[in-house]
Amino acid sequence: MKNYMSSLFKSFTDSFRDLLPILLVIGFFQVVILQQPVPNLGELLYGVFLVVLGLTLFVKGLEMGLFPIGDSMAHSFARKGSLIWLLVFAFALGFGTTVAEPALIAVAEEAAEIAANGGMIEMTEIAKEQYADGLRFTVAFSVGIAIVIGVLRIVFGWKIQYLIISGYIGVVGMTFIAPKEIIGIAYDSGGVTTSTITVPLVTALGVGLASSIKGRNPLTDGFGLIAFASLTPMIFVMAYGMWIG
Amino acid sequence: MSYIINLLEVLFDTIFDVLPIVIIIFGFQFLVIRKPVPNLKKVALGFIYVLIGLTFFLEGLEVALFPIGKLMATQLTDPAFIHGSMSKVNDVLVWQDYFYVYLFAAAIGFSTTIAEPSLLAVAIKAENVSAGAISIWGLRIAVAIGVAIGITLGTFRIVTGTPLHYYIITGYIIVILQTTVSPKSIIALAYDSGGVTTSTVTVPIVAALGLGLASTVPGRSALIDGFGLIAFASLFPIMSVMGYAQLSHWRTKRSWKKDSQKGD
Repeated sequence: MKNYMSSLFKSFTDSFRDLLPILLVIGFFQVVILQQPVPNLGELLYGVFLVVLGLTLFVKGLEMGLFPIGDSMAHSFARKGSLIWLLVFAFALGFGTTVAEPALIAVAEEAAEIAANGGMIEMTEIAKEQYADGLRFTVAFSVGIAIVIGVLRIVFGWKIQYLIISGYIGVVGMTFIAPKEIIGIAYDSGGVTTSTITVPLVTALGVGLASSIKGRNPLTDGFGLIAFASLTPMIFVMAYGMWIG
Repeated sequence: MSYIINLLEVLFDTIFDVLPIVIIIFGFQFLVIRKPVPNLKKVALGFIYVLIGLTFFLEGLEVALFPIGKLMATQLTDPAFIHGSMSKVNDVLVWQDYFYVYLFAAAIGFSTTIAEPSLLAVAIKAENVSAGAISIWGLRIAVAIGVAIGITLGTFRIVTGTPLHYYIITGYIIVILQTTVSPKSIIALAYDSGGVTTSTVTVPIVAALGLGLASTVPGRSALIDGFGLIAFASLFPIMSVMGYAQLSHWRTKRSWKKDSQKGD
């Protein structure tokens, strides 16, 4: 029990250290450069306490829950030997975790606003909503596809750089033919799809697969799933922009 | 009392976000794999920790950091502040006048990345898998430097109004060139670190900075130029992580050389 408490205390101070840089930056700019008092000190301290506590619990839960389950599922699928089910799972994980992602919903709504202002769609609520939903499903679908490709790569041992380079060529090619208004959103959509819960799960899945398939190295083959998940949305969103436009 | 209500609201939102993942995982576990989850109790407890942890984390950010971070982004990009910081007042602002914006972009990019939970998760996994060859802090600092450079360049782009894709395409070319010379073991991890850097902490503050800047710089449109910072933040860590690997690879090689020369 004493051990448990001291390890909890250690992770608590670790979390505080993770947060310290932000506090220093904000404090410095507020006091030295903008020369303004720090508002609501009490609320600030309460918030910082919550963040530190939250990060501590999150890391604890990561090691107890998310990592082991991702790992054990990867091993079970590898032992089961059914590639189809593994791919169905990979797609479901990519699609399911992305479609409800709050950051993506926010970006999709903003994108609909831009499209309406740019005259690409009608200036009505229904048209905007349809556009935003379409965009959201496009991104979620593309993340599903990305995880499927990434899993195939681990299973067959393809080299990651060839796939990434093809992806880059796809992005650059689409940039030249897609409508200008969509490009910024498309580029950003790659970054917003990967949430705090998806990342540990997908990473554990990849590393678990790579370590349970013979001839694969967890370090060189296990990582890379997130990379695909942030690349395919760019291509698909630009395609969506062209299809609507 | 309102604090507790807020926390509960965030908790329900988080549960709602996590629900699809839980359904997929346990659905496949029971219907396809059809084996009991090893240490089910511990795993379930872990999920509860993650839920509560994220709730506290998000609510804490909302209470303490986002309001002041966003306010700061607006104040720093305010033309009145930028005019005031110049030695002589001109009517036309040039890109050098935005010095504090660049400084803030770099500092906030670095510090929010250090606090990013997804990056921490990947770093923990990478340290485990590489048996300590890649350290948690080494990776996090390398990524944070990449984000700092990326966001600074991104704000510079908004100020000058150059097209986004020029930068991104140049970035891609550099990444491809670096790939050919980097140690093989780092490549996949470096590509991944691009995607994990931009989540819970970084996106809201950086987005506020981009939108604030694009709406105050003359000739920019918030809707078109405000986007793109996230893209920078997810490209540059790939370069910095490969750079970090090349550097440490080169250093070990050099110290080996020294050792073998001593042996002669």
